Amino acid sequence: MRYSAFSIVKNALTGNVNWKPAWRQPEPKPYYDVIIVGGGGHGLATAYYLAKEFGLKNIAVVEKGYLGSGNVGRNTTIVRSNYMLPGNEPFYEFSMKLWEGMEQELNYNAMLSQRGIINLYHNDSQRDAYIRRGNAMWMEGVPAELLDRAALKKMLPFLNFDHARFPIMGGLLQKRGGTARHDAVAWGYARAADRLGVDLIQNCEVTGIRRENGVVTGVETSKGFIGCGKLGLAAAGNTSRVGEMADLKLPIESHVLQAFVTEGLKPAIDHVITYGAGHFYISQSDKGGLVFGAEIDGYNSYAQRGNLATVEHVMEEGVMMIPGLSRVRVLRSWGGVMDMSMDGSPIISHTPIDNLYLNCGWCYGGFKATPASGWCFAHLIARDETHPVARFLRLDRFERGYPIDEHGAGPQPNLH
Amino acid sequence: MASLIHCPHCGVRPKEEFSIRGDASLVRPDPEASDEAWHEYVHIRANPRGRYLEHWQHVAGCRRWLVVERDTFTHQVFSVTDGAAAARGTSR
Repeated sequence: MRYSAFSIVKNALTGNVNWKPAWRQPEPKPYYDVIIVGGGGHGLATAYYLAKEFGLKNIAVVEKGYLGSGNVGRNTTIVRSNYMLPGNEPFYEFSMKLWEGMEQELNYNAMLSQRGIINLYHNDSQRDAYIRRGNAMWMEGVPAELLDRAALKKMLPFLNFDHARFPIMGGLLQKRGGTARHDAVAWGYARAADRLGVDLIQNCEVTGIRRENGVVTGVETSKGFIGCGKLGLAAAGNTSRVGEMADLKLPIESHVLQAFVTEGLKPAIDHVITYGAGHFYISQSDKGGLVFGAEIDGYNSYAQRGNLATVEHVMEEGVMMIPGLSRVRVLRSWGGVMDMSMDGSPIISHTPIDNLYLNCGWCYGGFKATPASGWCFAHLIARDETHPVARFLRLDRFERGYPIDEHGAGPQPNLH
Repeated sequence: MASLIHCPHCGVRPKEEFSIRGDASLVRPDPEASDEAWHEYVHIRANPRGRYLEHWQHVAGCRRWLVVERDTFTHQVFSVTDGAAAARGTSR
């Protein structure tokens, strides 16, 4: 069923009993040409583009929980392409362009809102760094704008401009950045992939990867053995666990990142705003809640919950940036398990095993990359060659000495 | 995570006094070791889901480096050892 304004009216008038499930619940077939492990945003997008752009037919996504039960439903929904390094920026801009056409393509309302993202700066050197980043964006054809204090005061009067230690001097604006409804992105890709014949197999945990003569022949799962011609891993925080089944040695640590949402408010914050004196970022959802987060907790964790010390730190940063936040009540907080890579940049790559492909290392920037990650991973799997914009995101860049370290923090995952 | 950590030098202390550096199971290779050995030491992590040896520093206490054995899923802490003692124990 194609969704449209007409279908909403028609179903409303007939008591909303004729809606069909958005996707099937198939039992696994004995063999697929391609299996994707992980039914999150990236896995579902990969399956969709494999079917849509690369014409593959016999595809399955296996997911240990329910679709979108991981980080795609746990992030702060920010979409942007304001990176600096040449290994990253073209990739994220490719993603941004896919976002801009995604809802029409998927026939699904992902509530993309290009409200603009503003990175604040607090001193001269930080301003210079943002000018450099803005220029790096322009060099890749991505518009960026430097805002001074006066312009910011007009746009965001509620900020703490005269903080004694971290006065706000201005900000870097990417107008095309914004937010998207994260669950809808997973559901939109799932529905579109299902309509192209992809089998989405939920509650099916991969317990082993079977190999013969050095190539993958299939996966052992909680629903039995499923054979495959090619296997793609998109398991996010559990990448190391799945990789271990194929003896992959990976430059990944799993860390917990927390996010928060407040009670619903009238429209107050029109943009996505990030703090330059900390790692705090905030936006307001269409429902009215303020959605925000900051750093990872800083220790290895597979638990989807964080620590109170970090909660306190995030709140302090928020109130430092927007003093009015002290009057708002937090409604919920949650944690997600991040696949932190050694340079803070992702991996879309071949592996030492010929028909095994890897998509991981998204740190806490995976959501904005969902469409491009899916497209480039599908390209890699279908054609067995790297997509041009993802050519730097190789697994072997670490041993070859070509890390893509936006923060310059070195191989220390809890600092990215 | 456990909110109280038993420091071998200072006794039971709140975990906020400690900072966590990361994997303590890695052994620094010889300076002349191969590129592969250094690559594994600098970049490759076992990243277990379960028991994990970690370097912690008691920054608001004795400032000693400690080796903490912790579960990365339940966050239960099994043991806290002084870093130097742990290193001698593994005869490095």
